[in-house]
Amino acid sequence: MPKKTKMTLKEIKELLQAEVIIGVDSLDLEIEFAGGSDLMSDVLAFGKPGILLLTGLSNAQSVRTANIIDAKAIVYVRGKKPDNTGIEEAREKGIPLLSTKYMMYTTCGLLFSHGLPGVGGLSSKK
Amino acid sequence: MMSDENGLSHRFEINGHDFSNAGRISTNIKAILQEIGIHSSIVVRTAIASYEAEMNVVMYAHRAVLTLNITPEKLHLKLEDEGPGIENIDLAMKEGFSTATDEMREMGFGAGMGLPNIKKNADKFEISSIPGKGTSIDITICLDKTEKK
Repeated sequence: MPKKTKMTLKEIKELLQAEVIIGVDSLDLEIEFAGGSDLMSDVLAFGKPGILLLTGLSNAQSVRTANIIDAKAIVYVRGKKPDNTGIEEAREKGIPLLSTKYMMYTTCGLLFSHGLPGVGGLSSKK
Repeated sequence: MMSDENGLSHRFEINGHDFSNAGRISTNIKAILQEIGIHSSIVVRTAIASYEAEMNVVMYAHRAVLTLNITPEKLHLKLEDEGPGIENIDLAMKEGFSTATDEMREMGFGAGMGLPNIKKNADKFEISSIPGKGTSIDITICLDKTEKK
């Protein structure tokens, strides 16, 4: 297990070679943990405030769900980007949006092996 | 918005099958609670319960009225929908049980987590349904126990 570490959005952007869709002014934001799912039902059930949400779901529900649970930012995987409604709502709520070309598994693996813990369960136990 | 000695009350109308606006009302509710200075953990729990309930209406019902009542002691969400109702509430409360369509799953919902998740986030949860008419949900969240859940 890698040593637990926080990462800034800027470090995450560089590690994932991600494009910043919204939030160029928020790249110094510190991320403490992340969780990935395309299923918003699961995000609502298992997500925690402060989470970095990794998802391949690109409709406005991803942004609305992130806002509801107080997620810090969203990284869209597989090169996905949210629709205009999602982008506008994220701008309004101040939720940074990034997009990486990596698949979900690789995105999670890169962040986890860098030391960014998961949202809970086994990965956060010492 | 209405105000009386029993607190503040907000009334919202939710349209069934309106996927493009699904979640907007709960987003509003979250903003209202933040604005009046409710503790953030309670805001998130209420917003999650409201969002799950709102999505259920959009996915399954024709329309619904959602009322948020705020008193110094508690938050109360009451949702009454017109729709097909729920035949077997015990089954609907089981995690993973779902009658969702592909369209609902494409929206990232329909995993059978909604009602159990509402219950998990509520201090008190009541549900009743008349098949063929509609479903009614009452959610109470206490304001004096910020760390209960």
